[in-house]
Amino acid sequence: MSNNPVEKTENFEPKILVFACNWCTYAGADLAGVSRLQYPPNVRVLRVPCSCRVNPQFVVRAFQRGIDGVLVAGCHPGDCHYTTGNYYTRRRFLLMTRMLEYVGIDSGRFQTRWISGSEGPKFQEVVTEMTEIIRQLGPNQKLRDDVTIEMQDFEEEAVNE
Amino acid sequence: MERVGVFVCHCGSNIGSVVDCAKVAEELRNYPNVVHSVDYKYMCSEPGQNLIKEAVKEHNLNRVVVCSCSPRMHENTFRACVAQAGLNPYMFEMANIREHCSWVHAGHNEEATAKAIDLAKMAVAKVCKNKELKKGHSPVTKRALVVGGGIAGIQAALDIANNGYQVDILERTPSIGGKMAQIDKTFPTIDCSACILTPRMVEASSHPNIKLITFAELEKVEGYVGNFDVTIRSKARSVDMSKCTGCGTCMTKCPGKADDEFNMNLQKRPAIYTPFPQAIPNKPVIDRESCLKFKSRKDGKDVCGICAKVCPAGAIDYEQEDEIFVEHYGAIVMATGYDQFDHSVYGEYGYGKYPDVISGLHFERLVNASGPTMGHIVRPSDHKEPKTVVMVKCVGSRDPEHGKSYCSRTCCMYSAKQATLIRDHCPDTKVYIFYMDVRTPGKGYDEFYNRTREEYGVEYIRGRVSKIYQDGEQLIVKGEDSLLGRPVEILADMVILADAMIPQNDAAKMAQIVGIGYDNDGWFTEAHAKLGPVETHTAGIFLAGACQGPKDIPDTVAQAGAAAVKVCGLLSKDQLETDPCTSEIDPALCAGCGHCVGVCPYKAISLETIEERKAGKTISRQVAKVNASLCQGCGACTVTCRSSAANLNHFTNAQILAEVDALCQTIL
Repeated sequence: MSNNPVEKTENFEPKILVFACNWCTYAGADLAGVSRLQYPPNVRVLRVPCSCRVNPQFVVRAFQRGIDGVLVAGCHPGDCHYTTGNYYTRRRFLLMTRMLEYVGIDSGRFQTRWISGSEGPKFQEVVTEMTEIIRQLGPNQKLRDDVTIEMQDFEEEAVNE
Repeated sequence: MERVGVFVCHCGSNIGSVVDCAKVAEELRNYPNVVHSVDYKYMCSEPGQNLIKEAVKEHNLNRVVVCSCSPRMHENTFRACVAQAGLNPYMFEMANIREHCSWVHAGHNEEATAKAIDLAKMAVAKVCKNKELKKGHSPVTKRALVVGGGIAGIQAALDIANNGYQVDILERTPSIGGKMAQIDKTFPTIDCSACILTPRMVEASSHPNIKLITFAELEKVEGYVGNFDVTIRSKARSVDMSKCTGCGTCMTKCPGKADDEFNMNLQKRPAIYTPFPQAIPNKPVIDRESCLKFKSRKDGKDVCGICAKVCPAGAIDYEQEDEIFVEHYGAIVMATGYDQFDHSVYGEYGYGKYPDVISGLHFERLVNASGPTMGHIVRPSDHKEPKTVVMVKCVGSRDPEHGKSYCSRTCCMYSAKQATLIRDHCPDTKVYIFYMDVRTPGKGYDEFYNRTREEYGVEYIRGRVSKIYQDGEQLIVKGEDSLLGRPVEILADMVILADAMIPQNDAAKMAQIVGIGYDNDGWFTEAHAKLGPVETHTAGIFLAGACQGPKDIPDTVAQAGAAAVKVCGLLSKDQLETDPCTSEIDPALCAGCGHCVGVCPYKAISLETIEERKAGKTISRQVAKVNASLCQGCGACTVTCRSSAANLNHFTNAQILAEVDALCQTIL
């Protein structure tokens, strides 16, 4: 494993982390599956109860560990299962996008989108588009840790344990 | 020491044909903390579950990961399995390698397998941080609310009430009855709609367990399954219900006039009115928009007042105001029904422009014996009997460009029914029906359709209508007969448009108020298309009737009964198990800032004073505390907390970070 960020962008396949709320976007992604809507295999969905559960720390950590893109997705404003959760998400990640841009992370790499449980096609569309954008941008080189991560390291680092 | 077992499911060929399940199992065998990893054809089957139980024993596993379908599908199945194996059910995680992998990456077997391995590793990393959790308990208010007083709501309420539970029906119009009360006859039996509906209405109104809350709106729903607090706005009727005897004198003397919505505006009604003669409650309300007194008050005058003068009971109360009150319920049934598609988007059909182009529901009122024409089928324009009637089906249905993409399910049958009614009432009248397809799935439906053609001589023309325009007293209907491949032109006296069923115009707002999902069209979303058709994703809220999608009366009644059974099942419990995935606040870390108190949508967090020893002295300070029975586990507080004192059980910071790290580990 090299400590240097990947420099070649040829045949580059980005890895994208999707934080999906359990009630809308995760269901939307399930619907995309049930409807057999094909999208690039670059995305990995991580289920959270609500998009407001996504701590900006999780996003920074993913970029530190070398992820190429992060999508935070939840119910449409007004449709939150917990009534108000996604309003916090909306405000929080508006700031977060600006902050990440400030440190040099392209706004294409970090997105917040609203995808409901009935929007399988929208899930397909959003992740396909995002994969394409990041393919063009190349591998993420900002915020990345220099050290090789061993399983033991993050075991110890994990907060609040 | 974590001892994780990984079980990779082929789901027949659903996963196995794309993902190399054996390879996933093999890769995971070498992953930290994994002591056992296998693949199997059907993990959720009994032999599959036994495989898990035996492995737990044999390999002394204390954590289980199943790589299969969506946790929304089988999380509870496997939790139960793990519990039967003697582990805490929360020492289990699922990796979704079907909906999120094999089904969406067909043909990309290598990439899909790599992704499945990533997802499995994330699940293992998370499960290693899982803690044993215990379900809590919450009490149940043994009373249900049914929103909507149509046939769906009435049936659901009767079924709940007959099982011995208290139930309230909330209806926004002055009377229960809904759309079914407007319909003349029902297919395929040609039963009189009112004759089968009104006895149910009476039964509901006189049932000791049912309370009717009519002319009222749902304002707010708070709480959770078993304990909903519902805010209701009872609109001012301007009539004192306790005094009114329903004699109807006021209605006959009222000089105010308004469009009669119940009769599809085919006639006028007074400003003080009951929607129809069999209304329940059969006590009038004043429509303040068209009442002369209320209109004159806007101009600073105060005229009329005839109804108050003629009322023998002194029941008229012009000063009445909306009343807002909160009621407590354990379960809610949504039965808000449907609305009619607005045809005016089809300018070529001339709806609204030509009085003799009417909708299906208009026709129901025309043919109804208590309707404006006493059941005589006449043209709205000149009150003459039509000699030729053209019906157009799929107006708004199956037309994604102008209308809705779905089939409204009822139009084929009600068009056939209306055609036979025309032929019965006016045997000399010719009836033509333009159709795209004839869809008659239902008991006795296809037989009925065949009778319409064969016995009643109704002519079906396969094709769309391109234009309708007036020519003298008649309408010219231009269309195409796609079976013969030629244009058709019919000189008609009346045209009936079979309009699509659409959600109520405020369905989305209603869904937001009660906190349930709705689809792009505005229909409420059921928990599972096949296995949870009356449940919603919000526990304790159920669906009945056409608010969930287009439905005819038999299906609506069946679904209402199903919803009632679910409600009774819920209300029969004295306590409900609550999800232990709730928030916890570590008092040692909490600074007592109170930010979490403000963001909690369930008022589950409060500040309390604790005493502790510090530097030899006893000091008291404030810390936040979560009431686990109120917390619904959204996690808003965890991100708001500045000192990381708040954490969400089962979705802790450590668990999510472990997943992130496991995913990223393969990159560097």
